[in-house]
Amino acid sequence: MFGLHYKLERKAVGLVLAVIVAASIGGLVEIAPLFTIDETVEEAPDMRLYTPLELAGRNIYIREGCYACHSQMIRTLQDEVERYGPFSLAVESRYDHPMLWGSKRTGPDLARIGDKYSDQWQVAHLIDPRAVVPESKMPAYAWLARTPLETENFGAHLDALRIVGVPYTDEMIASASSDALGQATPDGPRAAGVAQRYGDATQIRLFDGDAATVTEMDALVAYLQILGRLTDAATASTAANVE
Amino acid sequence: MVSQLTLGERQGALCILLLLAACGLLMLGAGQNDPLGVHGGIVMLFGVLLIFVVISGYFAPEPGTDAAGRYYDDPSKVGIVLAMLWAVAGFFIGDWVAWLLVYPEMTFDAAWSSFGRLRPVHTTSVIFGFGGNALIATSFHVLQRTTRARLPDQLSPWFVLLGYNLFCLLAVSGYLIGITQSKEYAEPEWYADIWLVVVWVVYFLIYMRTLARRKEPHIYVANWYYMAFILVVAILHIVNNLAIPVSFAGAKSYSLFAGVQDAMTQWWYGHNAVAFFLTAGFLGMMYYYLPKRADRPIFSYRLSIISFWGITFMYMWAGSHHLHYTALPQWVQTLGMTFSVMLLVPSWASAGNALMTLNGAWHKVRDDATLRFMMMAAIFYGISTFEGSFMAIRPVNSLSHYTDWTIGHVHAGAMGWVALITFGSFYAVVPWLWKREAMYSARLVEVHFWFALAGTLVYVFAMWNSGITQGLMWRTYSEGGTLTYSFIDSLVAMHPYYFARAVGGLLFLIGALVGGYNIWMTIRTAEGVKPEVLADLPAPAAARQASTGR
Ligand code: HEC
Repeated sequence: MFGLHYKLERKAVGLVLAVIVAASIGGLVEIAPLFTIDETVEEAPDMRLYTPLELAGRNIYIREGCYACHSQMIRTLQDEVERYGPFSLAVESRYDHPMLWGSKRTGPDLARIGDKYSDQWQVAHLIDPRAVVPESKMPAYAWLARTPLETENFGAHLDALRIVGVPYTDEMIASASSDALGQATPDGPRAAGVAQRYGDATQIRLFDGDAATVTEMDALVAYLQILGRLTDAATASTAANVE
Repeated sequence: MVSQLTLGERQGALCILLLLAACGLLMLGAGQNDPLGVHGGIVMLFGVLLIFVVISGYFAPEPGTDAAGRYYDDPSKVGIVLAMLWAVAGFFIGDWVAWLLVYPEMTFDAAWSSFGRLRPVHTTSVIFGFGGNALIATSFHVLQRTTRARLPDQLSPWFVLLGYNLFCLLAVSGYLIGITQSKEYAEPEWYADIWLVVVWVVYFLIYMRTLARRKEPHIYVANWYYMAFILVVAILHIVNNLAIPVSFAGAKSYSLFAGVQDAMTQWWYGHNAVAFFLTAGFLGMMYYYLPKRADRPIFSYRLSIISFWGITFMYMWAGSHHLHYTALPQWVQTLGMTFSVMLLVPSWASAGNALMTLNGAWHKVRDDATLRFMMMAAIFYGISTFEGSFMAIRPVNSLSHYTDWTIGHVHAGAMGWVALITFGSFYAVVPWLWKREAMYSARLVEVHFWFALAGTLVYVFAMWNSGITQGLMWRTYSEGGTLTYSFIDSLVAMHPYYFARAVGGLLFLIGALVGGYNIWMTIRTAEGVKPEVLADLPAPAAARQASTGR
């Protein structure tokens, strides 16, 4: 074996090929089947899509690096289920491009934060976390409430997502910008379309309490309030399998 | 430095830079209402600035024909200086975010200064800015010495080095203005990713072209590692960054993968960025500079073979240990755990090989802080790989995951292994490159060593404590069967450790400043000595002969 290697290390191309082969096997065996084995992702026929406003909020969550401190993945451990709710299922993030499971909990898990607090709480907490939770180490995000949400051409975002596999319809794409504003202006003319396209359970309200402008705060809170609530597959299947 | 380029290369450089500046202009125009425009501006400025540099030396006489008989080290020199600059910047930001966790109010109500945006600036500056430049600079140096061949030309190494730094610049400036993919350690957006692929292909070609012209029949072990680093990082980078841009006039893209597949791809990438960027590359560094500095052959050729192929094969299976108890199918978790534990064998084979190489030279380790840097690095490599295998075991991971223990583990590796081996190698190579007897001040190397070691220990112990405390508090039940501690209770308990960690980071930063000063003074006081010629170079390390066992 060492004699063989003694020959191999005289051949640059041979060495390159050997490295590529040796390094590729692990990934091929572990990743490729995830796309083909059906059991990997559960069925959830009732699952709904992110609305444009929620998607915009998700993009703000990404932009601000909330994932650096918050996970969105409740593990199958007793204490986690008790603290945060039913453990996360693969299907719950099947439309998450990219996923935001996170790797660090400087703050609590947010996979099921939706509806845990009122909009007012969320807004107050984002503007000044220490006013709400004095011991908090979370940064203040006051400027979000001052920044109008950019919704121009939002259809292009849904379109890109459709290319990678999220089933947005043509109608959803065409009215994306309008729906983004409509979801945060319940009394305006655009609101009705949102419920029609994304379901009656869609939360349509003034998330930041300010009717004058739709801000980034509206979007982020709309996103936080839907977390864990796109499907109830997890609540249905839980309790079993906790370790 | 331009004077070392042939006339054709100067013209080539100008063409490339004009093209680059034009691309910048295009991005600036297309992305007017998008952060992409800012990046267009940066690209354009970068190109224009370098055009001036090239023009300023354009009419200098061409290098004589004797240049071909010498090694080409200018890119390595600049790479080392850049690495030190990124190190200081990256450690500084790192310590800043550490203080943010102690005093969260220090954000001036500005978006760029919040923890979530600054953290990737820290990780990218350190891993890619500091680590990447150190790898590129030393790889060019080691490649030439161990093949006894000069780099194939004078332009492509600059393309790699400067192009790579442009990528790093786009990355960190992007986070500050809100451009990120959120994939950890792969945050830069699609256009920066494409640019890195171009740079990387040229880097690989430099390696192959130099190897093709080598005067040594055998490819020395350090080069196996550098090659694995280049190749596998390319594979990882391309697959994990597959994405669809929303528009070519905007920075934002959506990852091709979603949910569980994305998670697995991301941690296959993330873990192997650790393996092939932060381990393989730096092992290459170690396999050259440690035996050279100690003036002893590598202890065992066979151990190096076993550890090289073990690392190359097994690491790629280990990524799923980042996803224990999650929605990832259990069979993948189990595979990841199994391979992670087995990885200890090749890892310790490398660490042991390094330490056994020093056996018989302990008096040098005692007297020479440079060698001590390298020895300490090998020890930390051994510690953190043991810790890594341990943390990959499911029940251990149930406690450690999501806590500061992970942060402590990473820093045992990054500070204790990566940074120490780099500083050691720099202290060895800087006098060689700039033709000096020794570093400007041996005392300052000593000072740096103790600051770095103290900083690492304080940091790592603080995070071990906080991580384990956190993990235990989260799972403690009271007698009534309810959870004893609220999340906030655990947060409050972290406060003293976060303070200690920030102090540890500060010590480490001070050490790097001392090191930077020392390197700078060594360069400034370098006298112009005749450069070494290929012919009078001793065979590149007794290391190779002994290591080949013949
Ligand atoms: C520096 C780390 C850090 C960052 C970055 C961060 N958070 Fe937090 N977050 C915390 C901590 C610590 C807590 C717990 C204390 C508290 O409630 O404020 C928390 C709590 C929360 C909570 C309440 C969770 C609960 O169950 O009570 C929400 C919601 C939240 N964060 C959202 C966000 C969002 C949205 C962002 C990004 C805009 C963000 N966080 C960024 C650290 C962080």
